[in-house]
Parts: sequence; structure tokens; C-alpha cells
Amino acid sequence: MSQFKELTLQGLWKNNPGLVQLLGLCPLLAVTATVTNALGLGAATLLVLLGSNIAVSLVRNHVASEIRIPVFVLIIASLVTVVQLLMNAYTYDLYLSLGIFIPLIVTNCAIIGRAEAFASKNPVLPSAIDAIMMGLGFMLVLLALGAMREVLGQGTLFDGADLLLGDWAKVLRIEVFHADNHFLLAMLPPGAFLGMGLLIALKNTIDNKLKQQKTVEKGSIARARVTGAAQ
Amino acid sequence: MSFKIASSPHQHNQRSTAHIMRLVALACLPGIAVQAVLFGYGVLIQLILAIVTAWLSEALILKLRGKPVFARLKDNSALLTAVLLAVAIPPYAPWWIIVIGTAFAIIMVKQLYGGLGNNLFNPAMAAYVLLLVSFPLQMTQWLPPLSLQSVDLTPLDAVCSIFTHYSCSGFSLSQLQANIDGITMATPLDTLRTDLSRGLTLDESLNRPVFFAFAGTGWLWVNLAYLAGGLLLIQQKIISWRIPLAVIASLFVLSAIATLAAPDTVAGPLFHLFSGGTMLAAFFIATDPVSASTTNKGRLVYGALIGLLVFLIRNFGGYPDAYAFAVLLANMAVPLIDYYTRPRTYGHRPRSELK
Repeated sequence: MSQFKELTLQGLWKNNPGLVQLLGLCPLLAVTATVTNALGLGAATLLVLLGSNIAVSLVRNHVASEIRIPVFVLIIASLVTVVQLLMNAYTYDLYLSLGIFIPLIVTNCAIIGRAEAFASKNPVLPSAIDAIMMGLGFMLVLLALGAMREVLGQGTLFDGADLLLGDWAKVLRIEVFHADNHFLLAMLPPGAFLGMGLLIALKNTIDNKLKQQKTVEKGSIARARVTGAAQ
Repeated sequence: MSFKIASSPHQHNQRSTAHIMRLVALACLPGIAVQAVLFGYGVLIQLILAIVTAWLSEALILKLRGKPVFARLKDNSALLTAVLLAVAIPPYAPWWIIVIGTAFAIIMVKQLYGGLGNNLFNPAMAAYVLLLVSFPLQMTQWLPPLSLQSVDLTPLDAVCSIFTHYSCSGFSLSQLQANIDGITMATPLDTLRTDLSRGLTLDESLNRPVFFAFAGTGWLWVNLAYLAGGLLLIQQKIISWRIPLAVIASLFVLSAIATLAAPDTVAGPLFHLFSGGTMLAAFFIATDPVSASTTNKGRLVYGALIGLLVFLIRNFGGYPDAYAFAVLLANMAVPLIDYYTRPRTYGHRPRSELK
């Protein structure tokens, strides 16, 4: 169980693919203009990552190491095609709005990175857990950035959630404030870069605070002097 | 704290940062006064809003960063950023425009990079670009000079339209922009740009009432006032003459050549020098000691680059005026310019004599 805990911590925080490894920045920055888009792409990436980690882990002892990269790419590409066709069939509007970024999941370094770094060296169950946690970590960053940009940009949250989840999801749409003028920068690519920078800065600040707390706790042990007063 | 803006050997200057910043802000006063008299009092309200926002956001972020608040606030650099942004935006823009812009300039562009002296970009111009990209409509609603307006604007009207989007008598900004015939009037640069794109020649466009002599009505005097303030700064040795001269000279030469080559479609050099933000940018914005080049040769290159970019964007680009973009792009080039224009160190021979 400690391995499970470690994998969770690595995927969600310490080694987060979005905030720490900075992998897959292209889709991360491009599609996070709204929470719905972020959720759609995050879920698609998570599915592909899960499938690819399991598949790679299954074949890891049968593939010669010289040709492992082409094999991984083939596995990932076929999984992406599956996800793309599924989205085309069931969430057509979202499929249109995500556009080229669904097929581009193939090139998301986070996926081949996990295949190479983890799944090709570990049994199926840890690989699957690693995929879920890494995928969740990526999705959470997408969601945070998407929420930030959507609130700043148009003052709403979950706008167009029905495209992803079906008609009932129209009730999810929250209007945080009414904006006559959309704050275009937040929705344009520069806003994505600024928001990403702020998120990374926030994570580093929290890490530094935690580190400081740890050292304070360690340092607070008073040293008893037994050899008389210092000169 | 004083700026060390020259390479060695250092000459000491008794002026503190606070003193320099205050003098630069004071030198803006003639320009601001002319703008207030000719274009209405909106600019004064924008100034107040900008300065208050700048001080509040500077105090807030200094507190967050654990720095001494009052010692840093006293250096007047936030004040100067606020003044430059307030005179650069349209005087009757809604209040939240200047608040968002100033807060962004101080918090993101200046303090997140490490505070005064560490910012890569000119804070006022980065904020201007943010506003122009985000709120294109509000950032281009310039009212014509008071003498051309069909409705008389009182100072109270300025307050009303900035805070409620409508003047006290209920006119919206786009109604105020229209002349007595109901035709919307824009800035001289904007008007010229639109006319040229509609196939009119330069002479036909210059007959419109927003133009006066060789430049825009009102804009000519605003630019002359900033020129006077800038010359005062040079006389006081607050800024070096190199950057303003290079900006003005390169814009002058390029537009002179272009207007000789295509007299019907490119405005002459005098029009370019006395329209839009030329004088303000050349003397007050491009000379920012933090983000500009610091070597003597480099300053000439930096200024000339700004002039070139402004000429290109005004004549071939997508915006009528371009100082903010030009200054930011030149800011990016500054490390490279400084690297290649390092002055000879005292006691060393120039590289060419070594062989």
C-alpha cells in the first residue's frame, strides 16, 4: 500500500506532469480557455495514458529494447484513434471544439514519458495506478488553468458543459459575475502562459513553505549544554 | 538607492531615485495640462485613479513579499508608471480599464520580476498592450478635441462618463465621438489609416477637421508640450539625449524616404513626429533607465529600433499607433544590444588594435 501512496503523491504533486515535468504544454495551454474543454481533453488524455501504460506493461518482456519506442508509439497512436472516434461519436460538439488537439494527444510527451520511464519497467497494477495518478495530476492542472481563464475571461464556470456530459449538464453552468466586456487576454494564448506561470509559482511557494516548516520543526529541538556556558 | 545606469568608471550623482522619478513625472505636467485643456478633464481623473491604484497595489505586493513598504513606496517609481499609463490611454475610458492596467503593471510586470530595477519590460507599456489586446473597443475610443465636439463636455461629464459609461446628460462615448454631422471622429492616425485603406489619397484625408496644418488638431500642441518637458529633462541631465534623438531621427528619416517614394499613401515625417504618442514615448517612455539599453552606442541602436518598428507598424501593421509594441519589442532586444555595444574598459585597447 505504501507504493500506492507514493505513486499518488508523485502523480498528483511531487512529479506532476503539468507543473513539475512541464510535459504536454502544447495542449495544456491551447485548450484550457474553458473548464469544459479542459475536462474533455484531461479525460481523453487520462484514458489514453491508462490504456498505454497497461498495454506497454503487458508487452514489456516481449519487445526488444531496440524497437521499444516505435512499439510504444504504435500502441499510443491506436489508443488515441479509439478515443478520437469515441469522442466523434458521443461528444461531437466537444470533438469539434477541441479540434486538432485530440489527435495530438499522440505527441503528448507525458504519455510516452510514462510508458518509457515507468510502465516498461513495472508490472501491470502499479503501471495502471501510475497512469491514473499522472493522468489525474495532468487533468487537475488543466482544470485549474481552465477555471482561472474562464472566470477571468468571461465570468462563468462550466460554460458548455452539456457538450461533454449531455443535456442535463446545462445546470452546471455558473455565472460568477456578469461581464459585458470579456477580458480577452485571459482567453488568448498569452493569458494561458501567464496563468501557467502563476500556477507553477504557487506550487513552488507552497513547497518552500512546507520545507521551511520541516526545518523549523527539526531545528526547534533545543540543545542542552552540559559543559558550562559558552565563552 | 540610486541607479547605476552607466558602465564603469562610475560617476557619482547625488540625485536619488525618488528625485529622478519625481522630476520625470513633473516634466510630464506641461503635456498633461495641454491635454486637459484641449481634450477635456478626463485625463486628470485617470491620473488620480492610476496613482491611487499604483500605490495600493505596490503596498500590497511589497507587504506580500515581506519588503519595507514605505521605504519602497517613497521612490516614486510606481507614481511614474501610473502617470505614464494614465496619459497613454484614452481619457474617457471606463474606470476599470486604468485600474486593471495599473495593477497589472505594478504587480505582474514590475514586482513579480523582482521590483524596481529587475523588470525586463517597461511596466506602463506592457500594461498598455494588455489593455489594448483585451479591451480593443474601450482602448480606441478617443474623443476629438473639445473644439470639434458637438456636445460641450464639463468636468462633471468626465467623471460621469468614466464611472458610468455615460456623460451626465446621457451621451455614450460613441455619441460623443461623433461630430455635428453624426460622423465618428477618431484620432488623426486612425483617421488617416482608415482613409488610406478606403483608397483616398493623403491630401484628401488631410482636409478633414481632425487635421490641423501638418498634424492633428490638438495633438500637435500635446506633442509640443511633451517635447518641451523632454528637453527640460535632457537639460537637467536626467535622461540621455541619445534615445529620444535616435527615436525621432529614425522615424523622421524613414518616413521622409517613404513619403518621397509614395507621396499619396505615406504621411510625411512632421505628421509622424507630432501625431499620436511620439514625443511622450521618445522622451518619457523609451528612456526608462531599467528596461532601456545602458551603453551609449546601445542607446542609439535601441532608439533607432523603436523608430523603425513604429514606422513599420504605423504604415504596414494592424494598429494606428505602435509605441507600446515597439518599446516592448525593443526591450526584448536590449540584452543583445548591450552585449554587442559594450564600451571599451579603461586601460584596454579596442579589439581592432590588438592584431
